[in-house]
Amino acid sequence: MSKTFQTPLRRARSRGSAHEGAGHFWAQRLTAVLSIVLTLFLVVLAIALAGRDHAAARALVANPFIATGIAATAVVFVWHMMIGMQVIIEDYVHGPLVKAGLLMANVLFSGLVLFLTLAALGKIAFGA
Amino acid sequence: MANSDLGEKRPLSPHLQVYRPNLTMMMSILHRITGAALYFAILLGVWWLVALAAGPGYFAFVDGIFRSWLGLLVLFGATYGLFHHMMGGIRHLIWDAGKAFSIKSAEHMAWMSLALAAGLTVVVFIAGFAAS
Repeated sequence: MSKTFQTPLRRARSRGSAHEGAGHFWAQRLTAVLSIVLTLFLVVLAIALAGRDHAAARALVANPFIATGIAATAVVFVWHMMIGMQVIIEDYVHGPLVKAGLLMANVLFSGLVLFLTLAALGKIAFGA
Repeated sequence: MANSDLGEKRPLSPHLQVYRPNLTMMMSILHRITGAALYFAILLGVWWLVALAAGPGYFAFVDGIFRSWLGLLVLFGATYGLFHHMMGGIRHLIWDAGKAFSIKSAEHMAWMSLALAAGLTVVVFIAGFAAS
């Protein structure tokens, strides 16, 4: 039996090879659950957008609820894919320099995807 | 500690090639492959959104590519990958909840997720064509 009053979660925090305990595991699950809902939103939106010309598609995406939904989807998807790719890199790449470089490229790519999405959305939603 | 001088010659645990392929193993590998593919496939959505923001001219160009047979084929693959990964994720969430660990349940869920992913993909494309 444990002789400490700390909970198992408290002792797991900050452990692991990346010193962040169960945080990574939890974030992957949290974003996974959110992604189920957001995937369904995205698919219904894609069907609604099918066949629309530029003006009609833009009008739908500019709707505040739709634009917010797309922004939320981008944040959750990018977060999920970034920590997912981090695990793939950590699993297969062992050279310290290449590994560090790829981990940085992962964050850069993910950030680029997110900011491109938000910038395009901003332009559509706020006019100009 | 006695073995600390093994360096690069440390023994490795048995890896993929020593196992006979089976369904749940393939689903595990496919979950990671679809995840990695979706990491890049998201660029399709970003490209489309950037085109929508850029204006009618560039949008028509990108829209034309998406509507070509090659574009539709890529979109079909990306949609299947998305649903496959979603179903795989749901299986993992069920296991995270401590349920369905028997081999029978695991294989049942694997077939279910393959069927649902394929079914959802077809339904989405039929709905998309019907809407356009």
